[in-house]
Amino acid sequence: MGFLYALIAAGLSLIFGLMEIVNFAHGEFLMVAMYLAFFAWALAGLDPLVSLPLAALGLGALGWAVYHGIIRWILDGPMLAQIFATFGLAILLRSAAQFLFGIDFRTVDEPLLAGRVALGPLFVGVPQLAASVTALAAFVGLYLFLSRSETGLALQATAQDRQAAALMGIDTQRMFALGWGIGSACVGVAGGLLAMFFYIFPDVGAAFALLAYVTVALGGFGNVPATLAAGVLVGLVEAFGGLLLTPALKYSAVFALYLGVVLWRPQGLFGRF
Amino acid sequence: MAPAGTLRPVLTRGLLLAGLLAALAFPAVFTLPFPRHVMIMIFLYGALATAWNIIAGYCGQISLGQAVFFGIGAYTSSLLFRDAGMTPWAGMIAGVALAVGVSQVVGYPVFRLRGHYFAIATIAVGEIVQALVVDWDAIGGARGVFVPIRRPDSLVNFQFHQSKAFYYYIALGLLLLALAVTRRIERSRAGYYFRAIREDQDAAAALGVNVRREKLRALAVSAALTAMGGTFYAQYILFIDPESVFPLSLSILICLVAVLGGVGTLWGPVLGAAVLVPLQEGTRVMLGGTGKALDLLIYGALIIAISVFQPGGLMALLARARTAGSAR
Repeated sequence: MGFLYALIAAGLSLIFGLMEIVNFAHGEFLMVAMYLAFFAWALAGLDPLVSLPLAALGLGALGWAVYHGIIRWILDGPMLAQIFATFGLAILLRSAAQFLFGIDFRTVDEPLLAGRVALGPLFVGVPQLAASVTALAAFVGLYLFLSRSETGLALQATAQDRQAAALMGIDTQRMFALGWGIGSACVGVAGGLLAMFFYIFPDVGAAFALLAYVTVALGGFGNVPATLAAGVLVGLVEAFGGLLLTPALKYSAVFALYLGVVLWRPQGLFGRF
Repeated sequence: MAPAGTLRPVLTRGLLLAGLLAALAFPAVFTLPFPRHVMIMIFLYGALATAWNIIAGYCGQISLGQAVFFGIGAYTSSLLFRDAGMTPWAGMIAGVALAVGVSQVVGYPVFRLRGHYFAIATIAVGEIVQALVVDWDAIGGARGVFVPIRRPDSLVNFQFHQSKAFYYYIALGLLLLALAVTRRIERSRAGYYFRAIREDQDAAAALGVNVRREKLRALAVSAALTAMGGTFYAQYILFIDPESVFPLSLSILICLVAVLGGVGTLWGPVLGAAVLVPLQEGTRVMLGGTGKALDLLIYGALIIAISVFQPGGLMALLARARTAGSAR
């Protein structure tokens, strides 16, 4: 689960690092991705694992559209406007899903992968294992793209200093839109993976989004590699918190971890500001 | 023609008086429960949003955990009423005391954080508190608390089963109290400190403002008013559970009301409530029960539109209309 959290949070972190906007509709993006995967399976018979590129592309397009439709206009607005524009988007997407698909819980029956394997003394479900491996791979891919490719470097330059990047001939508007596209595509992959073994319903994003904010803030906003460490940490604390306390309090353990860390280091574990 | 400058204060005062009289006379004209219910909810959400406005609008600390104080107010008075037979009015005071206490204990460390880190920390606190209450069997856990019903109606028991008129006037009183407190703060030294912190915390600190103490004061006032709203809600609905008084969605709804109306203005939260609550109740009545969430759909679109086109909320829209009018 930790790797999945990390991948969900990475998209959030990327967007924040680029323009210091927290996308509070991130969980709803995840939900949209899960519905995409579900309908690809229900209508076309594609397993979520097969339709993964589709989910990534679809969500990338959604992120791009959201940037041009909403975010562009509030880039220089007050923080409150930025928070509530994305909150409004979250409510809109969630209720649209409820309107269109109803509130029933749906699952992908008979996925390609099923059963479980023994890893030493531990039993791990095959879909979960595949999901974490794929999430890790996607994460590494994202990291390599950001640190090696020319476009990735341009993205980072824009994140560091918008004006300087613009002076160097980088089209910052394009970079911002690209950042939203890539950040959302990360959620698309995560949502597709999650659809293999998790229920799909309009409110599914809420819990994951909360964890994603905590993960990003824990690692330090805008620091993508640190998000991976934080994601794994969150996954571990959730699992052990559920084991040691009562399962009902496992998320509380994660939130308490966040509070403890930011009070000790207000910029997150590896934050730069 | 008299210059607008001398006429305006008189006009504003007259308008306020007329508004107040209309609010007082409302239950006499509308005797059906539904319009009264809508007005009560407007007053309640107006008061809650006004309380949030003090900490977030004036002091600039975006708290997304107001439901904690609301829930504390609701639970404290209800439990004291059920188990100790204490009048909810005394319970309200106890709830306020507890909420203020919690706000100071939590606020002291959390106010070190800034911006998004602070906002997310308040969400984290809210989620922890809700999970703890769900898990706490002695106070009902996830099953919630039924406020015992006492007849006949009495002010001591804070229960009125015959008519909503009493609830109406109590809710109106709560809103007026919240507005009076805000007005008082706006004109006080503390109000200037709050706004200085909102504009630039470091500059305020450099000028000798004790930033943490002022933030804690703003939060205490906000928590106290919110807890009173919680007690009112418990006595009005007569049933509370963690899902209804502690959820994140309530915290966010409170902020949205204020944002819609206009943050950092006296009347903004009231205006926001006056627009949002009827919209919500109306769409709920007309379209509710279909499970289609159309009301929320409209609501979400409205929030986006406001944020993108008019971040100052409806108050800014009004102000623009007014300057455009006087320029003519």
